[in-house]
Amino acid sequence: MNRKLIQNLAETLCKQVKHFNKTETECLIRLFNGLLGEQAERRAAHGLDRVKFRNILHNTFGMTDDMMMDSVFRAFDKDNDTYISVKEWVEGLSVFLRGTLDEKIKFCFDVYNLHGDGYISREEMLQMLKDSLIRQPTEEDPDEGIKDIVEIALKKMDYDHDGKVSYSDFEKTVKDENLLLEAFGNCLPNAKSILAFEQHAFQELHGQ
Amino acid sequence: MGVTLSRAIQWSSDGEKLENSSLNNDILTEILLFTEEFDDRYPEEAKIQFSEPLQWKTSLEASDFTSDIYDTRGELAVSLECGDKGHPLLQLSPPDITVHSFYHLSNLLQLGKDKKMKEVWACLEVNREPMKNIFGPISPTIHEDRLFNILRQLDEKLLSIAVRPITGEGRLSPAAVDTEVDLLKRFCGTGENRVLKTVRYTSDYVFSNGCRSPPWRQMDGEICSLIIETCDTEPTLFITCNTSGVFLDESVKRANFGRQFEHTQFESKVIPVHVEVYKDIITLLKNKSAHFAAAADEQDSAIQDVPSAKKIVHVETVDVEETGQTLKSYDHEEKNVPEKARQQLVRNKPGGRKKKLEPSLKWKNLGLTSSYDEAEEKARRSRESKKMLEHGTKSPASENKKKAIISGSSLPGCQSSQKIRSPGGADDFSESSSEDEEDEEQSERRAEIPTDLPSEYWQIQKLVKYLKGANQTATVIVLCALRDFNLVQETCQLAIRDVGGLEVLINLLDTDDIRCKIGSLKILKEISCNSQIRQTIADLGGLQTMVSILDSPDKELKCLAAETIANVAKFRRARRTVRQHGGIKRLVELLDCVPDGASLSGERERDAEVARCGALALWSCSKSTRNKESIRRAGGIPLLARLLKSSQKNMLIPVVGTLQECASEKSYRIAIQTEGMIEDLVKNLSCDNQELQMHCASAIFKCAEDKHTRDLVRQYDGLKPLVMLLNEAENKQLLAATTGAIWKCSISLENVA
Repeated sequence: MNRKLIQNLAETLCKQVKHFNKTETECLIRLFNGLLGEQAERRAAHGLDRVKFRNILHNTFGMTDDMMMDSVFRAFDKDNDTYISVKEWVEGLSVFLRGTLDEKIKFCFDVYNLHGDGYISREEMLQMLKDSLIRQPTEEDPDEGIKDIVEIALKKMDYDHDGKVSYSDFEKTVKDENLLLEAFGNCLPNAKSILAFEQHAFQELHGQ
Repeated sequence: MGVTLSRAIQWSSDGEKLENSSLNNDILTEILLFTEEFDDRYPEEAKIQFSEPLQWKTSLEASDFTSDIYDTRGELAVSLECGDKGHPLLQLSPPDITVHSFYHLSNLLQLGKDKKMKEVWACLEVNREPMKNIFGPISPTIHEDRLFNILRQLDEKLLSIAVRPITGEGRLSPAAVDTEVDLLKRFCGTGENRVLKTVRYTSDYVFSNGCRSPPWRQMDGEICSLIIETCDTEPTLFITCNTSGVFLDESVKRANFGRQFEHTQFESKVIPVHVEVYKDIITLLKNKSAHFAAAADEQDSAIQDVPSAKKIVHVETVDVEETGQTLKSYDHEEKNVPEKARQQLVRNKPGGRKKKLEPSLKWKNLGLTSSYDEAEEKARRSRESKKMLEHGTKSPASENKKKAIISGSSLPGCQSSQKIRSPGGADDFSESSSEDEEDEEQSERRAEIPTDLPSEYWQIQKLVKYLKGANQTATVIVLCALRDFNLVQETCQLAIRDVGGLEVLINLLDTDDIRCKIGSLKILKEISCNSQIRQTIADLGGLQTMVSILDSPDKELKCLAAETIANVAKFRRARRTVRQHGGIKRLVELLDCVPDGASLSGERERDAEVARCGALALWSCSKSTRNKESIRRAGGIPLLARLLKSSQKNMLIPVVGTLQECASEKSYRIAIQTEGMIEDLVKNLSCDNQELQMHCASAIFKCAEDKHTRDLVRQYDGLKPLVMLLNEAENKQLLAATTGAIWKCSISLENVA
């Protein structure tokens, strides 16, 4: 992509996201292209594929949970074409790095909503939390603890008492207790890695 | 101190000195710690003057009295504070020292440093009945009543230490003895069919482990002594019950007959070699009293088997006790206990009386809690533990714990009753239950005790167990769930502590995960209102961790850490720890904020919140003199002055609170004046918050030592609001502060006009 193209693209995109200005968007686009590697030259690339994206999540943002990383990919990939286009990239990062609480709530809900049906069900919670307790050797039922924790979470979140967590349930819960934003898994970057990423991505910006 | 000193402490054989035993050392160390901290914990009671002073030969010198409340002249030292009759409350003319209040005792120990233990020793050797010294023959007034209660609590705590070293390996245990005695009492009476005349203990006082003998004799295994009158032997049998068996006490009979049957401190009682030792009281009685033997045989099935059933049951109780850290924790081991208990049953069934008992090896744990417990708590538990065991041995049918074992359920609340079989069969239960009729009230209480703990207690324990094995995500969920409980309730707080929750929470503070830290601090903040928890947090190194969290850039974290420190630093050792780890400096840094008045932007608002929490923490810490100094050196005063300009009450209260606390130091009074704080203090006298008014008045009172300040107060029209505050008759503290302020200000004649 030549510079003019990038600039035009940046101009379009930055209007659609809330948290990056034009220059920052340009940096992100360049970063994106860099990550795509030589594919960009071939212009056959549709975008970042799952593997590449997970590598970024792991290396740059320190995420380790496979299930979460897949879910984040899915949340970024809004049109579900298994690639993250540059638009999805910029939009996703806008929330990922600088989202307001509301944006983050929506993002996390999308991540946790594994089956995409608009609710977080018990099964989904069990799946997400299945490795979160060290198994006690004396326990007869190793999943007992997990099931219990899922019940606790459900009790806390299920405001309309329908046995699953809808978006509004989730929203209410998180507004009440911010800590529960990432209740089912680490899907947002921590402050340190955000800082590191931004410094790296926008260093040209600062340099200018 | 009363009971302990008369019963528990070991005196030498000539009665002159305290024996240098580890038991005595433990007790005296406890007294030392208690007295040293007395002034901090009970400042009002510390000021009460003793009826008669405590006097002893000291090793302290005038040079040790470095604090400025003492005046030293050459070798002599006196306190500046004088009593009602004009005498100084502390007087040293080596080697004699005279002290009239706990405040000075407390100071003396702190100043004494290495020599303090010797001082306690020397003091108690001479003043054998300090309670008489303190209270005198007159009945205590209200003030002294509180003091009386505090000392009584100390006494109970000391006693718990005294009876701690009991090891109960042997045949008998206090509970078994109690059971037998109760059984025997049933067979006493006045009718023709009676088996015995009377049965009674020699001592009414029961220590927390169920023994009645004094602690140093308990170390020889002695449990208690009994006086039994049978129908046919010489009038009385004196019997000693020891963990290795029961025997007749020839020496006591001769020595004590006709006197109060209390063991005196001067007889050492070890089991004489030539005396025959029996397995239990009944065996001994059968041997000594033919009448008893005959009568007992008639009721053979009743007597024989019930004790053995009780013994079985008792053993089971013991096993269950063993499994828990405290009386009340029903940990996973329950699942193992059924195996053990069933084995016991099987083993014990045949051969009735010949079996060897395994009495409780865990007397240490029973009824004895950590040394930080309030005495009432401990007393309650010891009562409960006694009841638990009585319960266990008396009425197996209603013993909940037994249900728990046998039926394999892990809930303490089960009430199913007939699962336990004992050799005697159903008759025994009717016997036992008839016994219950007279103890009906007690049995209800007994039934309640294991289920006395609300379900929240168990739920909380379960959650804490999850915390121990959870990853970050699950931890956050569990922490949030924990906060849903009413953590202000003591039961919940102790539930967390009992299962090691405090360690877990403090460990979480060491992790890198911000959410875990925040979640943990939120809980710690709430439960640290409890003084035992505070002490435990300090012991576990929680304060150091919290101080290092103050370095974090996250504001919410800083606020929570500061607020928790504010709660924990309510005792001297904690305040010292905070200072030693650089806490004061960091807390002062939190104060760096410009309070902007009404409309604050988000960021500013957060900064103000941080400053407020810092001020709260500093307020707690400023009660220590060294901390006052540290705050000043860290540049706290100008920052406090700036915050004083705020209009938020919740910001002003800790700030003024800190200032008035520190205003006892001259350097602060000068600074308060020069930084122009008098104006703000006077302004806030007219606000509508009584607590704030009180602190302002207090600060003015302390500062009005200085003439210039008094002029300033007048200048800023401070006198009128002070006078108006006098109308607040209900708020005693406010009244006191205001009166003090007015009094001091009236030193300037211009003010009086």
